[in-house]
Amino acid sequence: MSQHFPAIIIVIPLIAAFLVTIAGWINRRYCMPIAAFALTTALYGAVRLVLQVMAGGAVTYQMAGWPAPTGIVYTIDALNGIVLVVVSAVALLNLVGTSQIVARNYADRLAPFYSLYVLFVTGLLGIVITGDAFNLFVLLEITSLTGYALIGMGRTHAPLASLNYIFMGTIGASFYLLGVGYLYLSTGSLNMADIAAILPSLYESKVVLAAFVICMTGLFMKMALFPLHGWLPNAYALAPSVVSGLIAPLTTKVMIYVMVRIALTVFTPAYTFGTLGISQAIVWLAVIAIVMGSFMALSQKSLKKMLTYIVIAEVGYMVGGFWLANRTAMTGAVLHIINDAAMTLCVFLAACSIRFKLASDRFENLRGIFRKQPVTMAALVVGALSIIGVPPTCGFFSKWYLLSGGIAAGHYAFVAALLFSSLVNAVLFFRIFEIGHFEPFSRHGHGPAAERINEAPVTMLVSLLAAAAVLILLGLYSGEIVTNIIDYAIPAQIS
Amino acid sequence: MDAALALIVGKYNYWIYIVLMMIGLYAVVVKKNLIKKIIGMNILQTAIILFYVSIGAKKGATIPIIAHAHNGGGEHVIHAAEYINPLPHVLMLTAIVVAVATLGVALALSIKVYKQYGTLEEDEIYEKIRES
Repeated sequence: MSQHFPAIIIVIPLIAAFLVTIAGWINRRYCMPIAAFALTTALYGAVRLVLQVMAGGAVTYQMAGWPAPTGIVYTIDALNGIVLVVVSAVALLNLVGTSQIVARNYADRLAPFYSLYVLFVTGLLGIVITGDAFNLFVLLEITSLTGYALIGMGRTHAPLASLNYIFMGTIGASFYLLGVGYLYLSTGSLNMADIAAILPSLYESKVVLAAFVICMTGLFMKMALFPLHGWLPNAYALAPSVVSGLIAPLTTKVMIYVMVRIALTVFTPAYTFGTLGISQAIVWLAVIAIVMGSFMALSQKSLKKMLTYIVIAEVGYMVGGFWLANRTAMTGAVLHIINDAAMTLCVFLAACSIRFKLASDRFENLRGIFRKQPVTMAALVVGALSIIGVPPTCGFFSKWYLLSGGIAAGHYAFVAALLFSSLVNAVLFFRIFEIGHFEPFSRHGHGPAAERINEAPVTMLVSLLAAAAVLILLGLYSGEIVTNIIDYAIPAQIS
Repeated sequence: MDAALALIVGKYNYWIYIVLMMIGLYAVVVKKNLIKKIIGMNILQTAIILFYVSIGAKKGATIPIIAHAHNGGGEHVIHAAEYINPLPHVLMLTAIVVAVATLGVALALSIKVYKQYGTLEEDEIYEKIRES
């Protein structure tokens, strides 16, 4: 049983996605429990795999017994093991949290909704677990297609935003496919470990250089690094709130994981950071992404739109930290994949809860929100403190690693951008807290009329509190996470 | 001149895929009509499919079915060089499915967009969004 966990993680959600559709014909009430069961199984499998990896090193699973490089291999090491746990945990928390809201707002479309939801998570888990470059492309497209459909379910301009996302996303995925084509052309293999073994003798080749650059461009498009971010704000802000808590924390983070995987495992660190000589340029891109993301977040007038620009800035954190190419910064970048997924989940769940009750998340409508939705706002405060980087929340620790890495690399612009972005985040969130807590300012000498508590459904509150607790726990245990997992995720050549 | 000509003629499959890809990219970026953009996106995907298909082909090779296999086939020596490489072609079956699915989702969304705004011209849509 336990040796089949890598397959189970993918197969159970995949089958569940179809079962949900069938369940929708029989009785729509079965849809959500099936989805929850599939994601719980995936989470359990992922946790077991991480424990297995921690005990005995990387796990390799041959699909249907075909040995690599012919067959498709699933490889789980410290790096993707932890990302698997993050993906399944975030998806499960969001599923549970939004279940009552979905049951009310999408009562007629429960089966398609949950089917797409589970398929989306299957794709993400597959991207993370696979050890085959072409398989990754297929799963990437599964994720993207279901993501487009989920975003298109939103109201107002969501279909248009989703269509724009399709254009950018498809170009990105096509570039990745083209890059893999060049890799196949020069090595004759699609298995990542096999490519990595063949490549070193070909590092002088222009074809390999083209493969790397084209792959990375495609991935930058998919992860919305600054000049290629155009699709993200509208797609995430206009998506139904119940799915933006799934898509926003996971898509960009998983794409960053793919970048790390391609740059470190398929290519060697010596090639990526040494021979290629583009690290500095990409760190500068990341600096611009952080600064521009923060500036654009400042000019927003609604909560979700503001959060999407924070996501863009956070992408800059991780890309910059990774390409600084020293151990501390890379630890920060990998740790930030985990932390940022958790804190983005927390704030987007809070935004979902607010939008469910207020039907709007524009700042002027948030007056008195602390009295109306105290639990939601408590979670939002924890999420905000984590994004700003206040200890003991987890955001502080990854930012600390990133900052020390930036100083160690002597890249002070990156350090300055991080500090600037933290300050801007503080301004952004405390502006919301001010509106929510103090406005409307009393005119008659009395405090504002006591408003009745009007909270979101109980599952949402449970999820919110769980997400907020996770943020603090991740912070308290960040030392253990770094020494036990992330240290093994980063190759030893990087000092 | 001769060298350039040799480069173009000798590697014509790559030139064709690059030209097609750029046509697709141009359409996605520049065209205002959403359907034209979707077509451009599809041309881009098709270009990459053609690229993959062309790298599997070999001069003078045959389809990858082992000849004389009906009487066991074991006694014949199989030269891989005589057969085209089927793997890129098989990969592209998947990529074609992906491209069709993307096209389907994009067209479905453009129907939704058309119902909502009554037009598929991007500038007209943005004008309507600004007015509302």
